[in-house]
Amino acid sequence: MAGSGSAQLRPQDPKNDVLLSVKDLVVQFPAGRKRVVHAVSSVSFDLMKGETLGIVGESGCGKSTVAKAIVRLVDITAGEVIYDGRNLAALTGEELRKVRPRLQMIFQDPISSLNPRRRVRDVIAEGLAVWGDDISSWSRNRVDELMDAVGVEASYGARRPHELSGGQCQRIGIARALALEPKVLICDEPVSSLDVSIQAQILNLLQDMKSRYGLTVLFISHDLSVVKNVSDRIVVMYLGKVCEIGSTAEIYARPAHPYTRALLASIPEPAATVEPREGDIGDELPSATAPPSGCRFHTRCLHATEVCQQQEPVSTQLGDADHYVACHHPVEVQLKSRHP
Amino acid sequence: MLSVRDLQVRFATERGTVNAVNGVSFDLHEGKTLAIVGESGSGKSVTAKTLMNLLPRSAHVSGEVTFNGQDVRALAAAGTKHFFGVQMAMVFQDPMTSLNPVKKVGEQIAETLRYHLGRSRSEALSEAQNLLTTVGTPEPERRISQYPHELSGGLRQRVVIAMALACQPRLLIADEPTTAVDVTVQKHLLDMLDELRRERGMALILITHDLGVAHGRADDVAVMYAGRLVEVAAAETLFEDMRHPYTEALLRSIPRINDPAHQRLDPIPGNPPELIDPPDACSFAPRCDYAHADCLDGVPELSGQLGQHRFACLHPTGGEDSISSNRDTPRSGRD
Repeated sequence: MAGSGSAQLRPQDPKNDVLLSVKDLVVQFPAGRKRVVHAVSSVSFDLMKGETLGIVGESGCGKSTVAKAIVRLVDITAGEVIYDGRNLAALTGEELRKVRPRLQMIFQDPISSLNPRRRVRDVIAEGLAVWGDDISSWSRNRVDELMDAVGVEASYGARRPHELSGGQCQRIGIARALALEPKVLICDEPVSSLDVSIQAQILNLLQDMKSRYGLTVLFISHDLSVVKNVSDRIVVMYLGKVCEIGSTAEIYARPAHPYTRALLASIPEPAATVEPREGDIGDELPSATAPPSGCRFHTRCLHATEVCQQQEPVSTQLGDADHYVACHHPVEVQLKSRHP
Repeated sequence: MLSVRDLQVRFATERGTVNAVNGVSFDLHEGKTLAIVGESGSGKSVTAKTLMNLLPRSAHVSGEVTFNGQDVRALAAAGTKHFFGVQMAMVFQDPMTSLNPVKKVGEQIAETLRYHLGRSRSEALSEAQNLLTTVGTPEPERRISQYPHELSGGLRQRVVIAMALACQPRLLIADEPTTAVDVTVQKHLLDMLDELRRERGMALILITHDLGVAHGRADDVAVMYAGRLVEVAAAETLFEDMRHPYTEALLRSIPRINDPAHQRLDPIPGNPPELIDPPDACSFAPRCDYAHADCLDGVPELSGQLGQHRFACLHPTGGEDSISSNRDTPRSGRD
């Protein structure tokens, strides 16, 4: 959907162990002169326990804002974030503080997200120190255990962030996030600023930490290959809206939204499921202060018609697959072959 | 057209001498694209800046750079005007920092034309508008009187490319031109550079960390590691029949779009080496799956002649030394 709708949300029943669900999330920022940046506009998705959900999209699509809104690093304008039966959007003060250790975040720039004046051991221990016996008893052993888990020698604990490489700093960032035994790990472009030879180390580490600590992961990236590698399910976002959501296999094998297809065709080694010319969309992103009417993607879409300008598409399930698309003209070529 | 021989660049720092570029040699022919691929610190950008005479005075450079028969380093030393930026031009990674934030983009493009080609102000401005059209900017008449902050990242990069093309260079060096932009914009920019190169018969050096960008866009690919060329070949040969373990490891470590989800990645262990006082040994040996004891006895030379498939490795992968036979031997050289 470069539109809205919540058909993709899975019913809350014991069979579906939904841990986190985001419903009609809206985040707006004031832009001066009474204008408003529509960063996230009515986005809905959910995460089951143990699942990795990837959010993919280009800059300005609102993927990082969604992540920050979930942990309340930005104010939520409207909508709900339900974690473990509670609406995080409505929590304040002490209640919010108490739930925060359960949701931890890893950031893009590993060096600037660590305090440059502190030794890395103290960076990892800070959460433990703040929470005292409340969450986990603070001990030297716990920090050693975490450093060992993320593959940094304990002797590096006395160093400061600038004395470590980018990859090592990201490992420390992961150790810090894991210190309070979170249930949900939110990774915002965790490997984008790392060299390719280090990326794979960190992606494997995240996978290991996920199985070792039973984490549920929200993984945000602009890199379609990286997202495919880590995710069970994928959300494709464009200009504050969800275009397409579904299982990784479905999204990559049968991309239905023209924007998803354009992304897959634009990467240097395009996906086999799309034609290269599908990447020839205009390269100007419309303004988020005055987003286009109807489907927000219609100004760049190769399939847009009049209805796309007037009416916002609502997410619809494709057949009976775990695949939802918000588009008036989803590409159906490959869908025919699904039920032979 | 361009020939680089035994290029060395050293920087003196408080911690010691940084050997940023060590003995780099390559040729580039008219109308061809050479991709220089490497990770941060591999020396690819320093190589480019050396060609463009953009290094700080503290850099210690040796080696030969010849461009259409002219000795580029002598031209630089003589302070020759109207060579750098005219015959060869460069596009940088971050378009925001390579543009003047308080000057309209049209004026910035015109400035190049006025300085190097002696155009009048009005001639230069109308030429600037044509250049913006050439690089595929929508509404060029409006853009020339805008400031960089009013443009998107993709448009800014088009402006920078327009400036670089203003004097019809014979060689364009693009240093990570699309790293700061989104994939849909990246495709447009790379397509455009490719088209311009073909139309103008210009040579292109494309510097990138992304093997995918090099694949399919370059005629030749040079892989750099720790300040040295480790493998140079025609693009097809390099991707299908790579011989250097680093090239192979790099390709294996990246997730590919057509691979199945949740495939365990094969990372390169460890970190790239320091460039201060490097040991007299293969710099990739400590991270290499195929390293033997002799890898630590001196730096391996690039094999073969210029223009051939060259690689600097004593125990190359593929070819007759098959991967399996190499894998079975003990990693005696590894600590």
